[in-house]
Amino acid sequence: MSDELIFTYQIDGDDFTRAGEASSSVKNKLKMLGVGSDAIRKVAIAMYEGEINMVIHANGGTITVSVSDTDITMVLADQGPGIPDIDKAMEEGYSTARDEVRSLGFGAGMGLPNMKRFTDEMKIDTVIGQGTTITMKVNL
Amino acid sequence: MKLQNILELPECRVLVKGNPDREISRVFCCDLLSIAMGKAPADGVWVTVMGNKNTLAVASLTDTACIVMAEGVSLDEGTLEKAAEEGIAVLSTELPVFDIALEIYEAGRP
Repeated sequence: MSDELIFTYQIDGDDFTRAGEASSSVKNKLKMLGVGSDAIRKVAIAMYEGEINMVIHANGGTITVSVSDTDITMVLADQGPGIPDIDKAMEEGYSTARDEVRSLGFGAGMGLPNMKRFTDEMKIDTVIGQGTTITMKVNL
Repeated sequence: MKLQNILELPECRVLVKGNPDREISRVFCCDLLSIAMGKAPADGVWVTVMGNKNTLAVASLTDTACIVMAEGVSLDEGTLEKAAEEGIAVLSTELPVFDIALEIYEAGRP
């Protein structure tokens, strides 16, 4: 893997049945590239949580995954409502998900905490009314 | 313990067989997908009553070997087909979560 590889995914808003397809695809690609299973698991979990968040809160968005020799970087960009209180959103158990989402088994307030836990670096850029961009890195 | 030992449990209906030779790591019970996402062990058996497409997505991303749907819950046909493609076993039982998890645990004792 000498050159950086980049994969881009469009995430549909409000389509729960397809949420996870992008993460699955990345997982399979990383497997084919021979990335270690620990790193793959971290990327898959962090990206799936992000994907679900985009579907629940932001009406979809774009995910760009780049793979280099040293790390895997995921950039999740949406044009949703933004996150008013990041500290609160990072608390385990805090969620603003709708009841309908909770009935599917989500909305436990673990999304952002899981994303932080399973990545080596995470940065949140958010502007109310304009959108959120989350950058996550998993070291190889 | 191999997956085969679980496929043979009399209380379970096998909906998708998976790979019977797969070595099982642990039994895990959880219905909240957000928590399962972070905690479900690779090569584990995951017992849940949450039966929707996202259950399979979480199982797939966490490398779960087998999903056991308790309390008579099932997955729709499309999701079962996808599970077969991904090599994830799916079982259904009328038993509650704890009872079937205990049986699986005991089936794996030396």
